[in-house]
Amino acid sequence: MVVTAVIARLASWLDQRLGAARAAEAGAGKVFPEHWSFLLGEIAFYAFVVLVASGTFLAMFFDSSLVPITYEGSYAPLHGAEVTPAFASVLDISFDVPAGLLVRQVHHWAALVFVAAIVVHLLRIFFTGAFRRPREVNWLVGVTLLGLAILEGFAGYSLPDDLLSGTGLRVGYSITQSVPVVGDHLAFLVWGGEYPGTEIASRLFIGHVWILPAVMGALIAGHLLLVVRQKHTQFPGPRRTEDNVVGERLWPTYLAKSVGLLFLVTGVMVLLGTLFQVNPVWLYGPYDPAAVTTGAQPDWYMGWLEGALRLTPSVAFRGFGVEVPNVFLPGVLLPGLTFAGLYAYPFVEQWWTGAADREHHLLQRPRDHPHRTAFGVAVVTFYVSLFVGGSNDVLVAQTGWDIAVVINVMRAMVVVLPLVAWWVTRRLCRQLQADDVHAGQVERIRERVPDA
Amino acid sequence: MAESGSGDGAAVRRVRRTVLVAFAGATLGGIGSVVAYALDLGQHWVGLGLAVAFLGVGGGLVAWGHGLMPGGGDVEERPPVGPPAADERAAGASLRDRGAMVGRRGLLGGALATALSATGLAALVPTLSLGPSPGDALRHTAWAGAGAQRLVTREGRAVAVDELQVGGLLTVFPRDHVGDADAQAVLIRLADDVTVRAPAEVSATAAGHVAYSKVCTHAGCPVGLYEAIEQQLFCPCHQSSFDVVEGARPLMGPAARPLPQLPLGVDDEGFLVATGDFSDAVGPGWWSRP
Repeated sequence: MVVTAVIARLASWLDQRLGAARAAEAGAGKVFPEHWSFLLGEIAFYAFVVLVASGTFLAMFFDSSLVPITYEGSYAPLHGAEVTPAFASVLDISFDVPAGLLVRQVHHWAALVFVAAIVVHLLRIFFTGAFRRPREVNWLVGVTLLGLAILEGFAGYSLPDDLLSGTGLRVGYSITQSVPVVGDHLAFLVWGGEYPGTEIASRLFIGHVWILPAVMGALIAGHLLLVVRQKHTQFPGPRRTEDNVVGERLWPTYLAKSVGLLFLVTGVMVLLGTLFQVNPVWLYGPYDPAAVTTGAQPDWYMGWLEGALRLTPSVAFRGFGVEVPNVFLPGVLLPGLTFAGLYAYPFVEQWWTGAADREHHLLQRPRDHPHRTAFGVAVVTFYVSLFVGGSNDVLVAQTGWDIAVVINVMRAMVVVLPLVAWWVTRRLCRQLQADDVHAGQVERIRERVPDA
Repeated sequence: MAESGSGDGAAVRRVRRTVLVAFAGATLGGIGSVVAYALDLGQHWVGLGLAVAFLGVGGGLVAWGHGLMPGGGDVEERPPVGPPAADERAAGASLRDRGAMVGRRGLLGGALATALSATGLAALVPTLSLGPSPGDALRHTAWAGAGAQRLVTREGRAVAVDELQVGGLLTVFPRDHVGDADAQAVLIRLADDVTVRAPAEVSATAAGHVAYSKVCTHAGCPVGLYEAIEQQLFCPCHQSSFDVVEGARPLMGPAARPLPQLPLGVDDEGFLVATGDFSDAVGPGWWSRP
């Protein structure tokens, strides 16, 4: 065929100039082990691709100015209202740009899925011990990407200058102000003066569409390069050892499936954005520092911080000429410790267990490492409890329970449930291990007595 | 792309049919989406067509890869990622040898580090232009300095002493700062038989009215809800509540400081005024809060 001939000639022309054929051949032969859980990171990556594509479209229409104008777009209920161009341009995207609302909703859904996929991917890495030597560096890169993804999401949904996100920014300002020693200066630096000012949206915009995506893109590239360099982990199984990788070759099978996954992920995002409304800012209205909605909820990945803000007891230290504001604990200390713990975990586990310091390429099943699994489940339970605490007002509105009682019960849950989860998980792991031993014995008996 | 040469059995024909149907569906979905866009049929049709297109291509590719391409079980050797111990020493040694040729690293290296520090500092310092120093901006609001100022509503209307009903609440601002984020205050009219208690200043109330900063001392949300019967202000963001009678002392939730009180008075024409700034810095704390 003509096409094939042209491709072949082009390939050889390039090879004579780049000498890339051998590298490409080796790369195309790279083997990828198969397991559904290995797709979680790919889903996160493809969600990022969707975010960049849809975000580029949105950036063409967004105006980050905060100097008030009169709204004259086609959303009638706000006609003649004093709004900022940031808010008005998001309404324009939603009501006046053809396919604008679709792209906006796809973008928001993709952001929700992006962070979710990263978190579940991280849990997979954690519970299978894939972070162990030699992959500690990639764990650090991945944890950094999680932190940046959360920041990127917060910056993004704060852009429209609506009542909900404006309230979120006010809380962000208070948290920034609570940073030790330099907090008040830092808040003035970031906001360009006292809250709210007119600078923050354009600064968030630059951060959201350029700085953070550029850094994340570079880190994702590094993340993938390290997987190529170190090769993928695999679960133990027939013929699988620490010295090989068993699976499908990149060309053609794995490539077809992975590109297929890219299209499937994109299709699901488009479907979500088509069918399910997300962040209808016109219903929240423009931001007004003196107004607030009840039942305000941030995007899901901020839920643990929201819950921590709500459940932290009424304490603030004052003495020795300093004040430690209450929001320092849930807003600065908790996320600081969370990410410090995530960064440190591979090294702490290595030091704590004194496990052999060698390369690990075969994964562990969660039950095979009860201590790690129980600890991980306890930590996850802690954050889920905080997340639930972030919706205490919604719960009260639906049940009519006393808010003071709900807060105290949830405070207790945050402390008690992780301990319960730890104990139950450890028991469960041991039980599963015992079942394995039993099943193994039955297997051996079967081998000896074929008719058994 | 070549298909695996496993013959044209029934299974292969079935997969081929699935892939063809998926790609045909994607084509139709894509065309449908374009038509919906061109004829302005609504964004849901544009989205639905686009979703079908992506899902069709994706599903088709996965089915093709899964059913018609070489399966798994290929083995690739995995040499250790790290170097053998001997190599490590050799690589390090050669670097050290060439490093030694640089010579006199103590002095020059130290000078370079110093120079880089100064250069880096100089390069970063302009970022300070992004915002002014807070100075005492956080300690004062627009109520300060101008003598007695009338309270005005969001619409800019002054508030007469008999305007607000018992148990009523009004958000008020200084006349020239309507909508101001940190001067916003809540004005409450207490029942006739209620007088405020410490830490509230009785002398700062006027004609049965008391006013507090509307900025929550926890995280800065507007304290927008008032329970008239229990005389509590409530913040809808993080559920802190404040006792209006006892100087907006925090009762429940995470807030740890009372809402600062706004000193009130009545002017000659019977309108409520603020006689000065709030009793304390408004909003959440910071480390050097006075």
